[in-house]
Amino acid sequence: MSDKKNDELLHDHNHDGIDRRGFLKCMAWAGTGAFCVMKGGVLSSYGLGGFSDFAKHAAKGDLSFVQISDSHMGFDKAANPDVVSTFKAAIDKINALPTPPAFILHTGDISHLSKPAEFDTVDQLLKGASAKDVFFVPGEHDVLNDDGKQYLERYGKGTQGAGWHSFDNKGVHFVGLVNVMNLKAGGLGSLGAEQLDWLEKDVKHLSKSTPIVVFAHIPLWSVYPEWGWGTDDSGHALSYLKRFGSVTVLNGHIHQTMQKVEGNITFHTATSTAFPQPKPGQGPSPGPMKVPADQLRSLLGVTDVNYVQHHHALAITDSDLV
Amino acid sequence: MKNRLWVLAMALVLITAGARNPSKAFAASANTQAATGTVVKIDNFSFSPAELTVPVGTTVRWTNADDIPHTIVSDDKIFKSKALDTDEQFTYTFTKPGTYGYFCGLHPKMTAKIVVQ
Repeated sequence: MSDKKNDELLHDHNHDGIDRRGFLKCMAWAGTGAFCVMKGGVLSSYGLGGFSDFAKHAAKGDLSFVQISDSHMGFDKAANPDVVSTFKAAIDKINALPTPPAFILHTGDISHLSKPAEFDTVDQLLKGASAKDVFFVPGEHDVLNDDGKQYLERYGKGTQGAGWHSFDNKGVHFVGLVNVMNLKAGGLGSLGAEQLDWLEKDVKHLSKSTPIVVFAHIPLWSVYPEWGWGTDDSGHALSYLKRFGSVTVLNGHIHQTMQKVEGNITFHTATSTAFPQPKPGQGPSPGPMKVPADQLRSLLGVTDVNYVQHHHALAITDSDLV
Repeated sequence: MKNRLWVLAMALVLITAGARNPSKAFAASANTQAATGTVVKIDNFSFSPAELTVPVGTTVRWTNADDIPHTIVSDDKIFKSKALDTDEQFTYTFTKPGTYGYFCGLHPKMTAKIVVQ
């Protein structure tokens, strides 16, 4: 992480007394598979072993779910000739969690070429997961050739427009947004006026203490616009969420974990289950990154998210597939 | 004094050499010379040549050399390819003069143009 990114993590707008050093330390732990939970303004960290202790003490009314992303079913090039195996490994990882997740969020690029067989394979493999409910948002690879018609046929039930939707679970409000449709020349991801209008109304009457989780494929913050890693009109969306005490934004698309905190909003991107991509600017393009075979699974993974009632921030843990 | 000037000159050469953008991706106007021919290669998330000039009636062929699919979408909705996987191709015959801007529908930062004269 560059120094600039470290600085961005440290704006303490919410005045919860977390000092710079403590927060930075926790972010570093998070990279090694530990996670941090904020309890009454005090950050505590739990290693992966300690996770089961955390789960034991977690009271009823708490919530845990998993994010997976960028399965690119159908991809078969050098960066990973067997995306089925790595997807299965991701499911195994989910099934090994001490607490079965309530559901899975898939943040898009389910398929690689929007082919029916690719979607079918993912659906089949997901049947082996401990969590039976899966919520999707499309990636740009899922809406090829037919303006997303097939995606909606498969995953559009209960959604509006290009597939946006919201639902509640244990007092947490989840919003799935679609930012891969109607992309314009030279532009980034796009939410569009109709969806923004829907979002504004969707959260308007929620109390500001309602924890919000937004999930969408392309990052809703400007990770690296030169490579298209951002959303042109996400500012409008975030303005509707600014008043809430806890907002977590979960994205995919960039095939690596990245995190940023801005006031009460925590942004987090997940790794892919298919192939890694280079860090911003570190390579000729944001395409699939070939690594030695024995390193591949350390760069792929799943993200486990835990919400404990009355706690400020959700605990986000990335696990690789090793 | 001469040595210092030489060192300064070398430093300037090295600095300007290193200042080139390491990422080739999405390069919209890589060079200002009007490129001709009939083939556009997609490589490292860019169209090459970024600007291609052809006579009226030319069939232009795009080929994808990336490990990732791309699409060719005309700015003015005049032509649109389906998703091209690695080594797949798309052709379009330009029957009218004009400047045809286009981009990749999956990665819209990739932009280029065909000039038909």
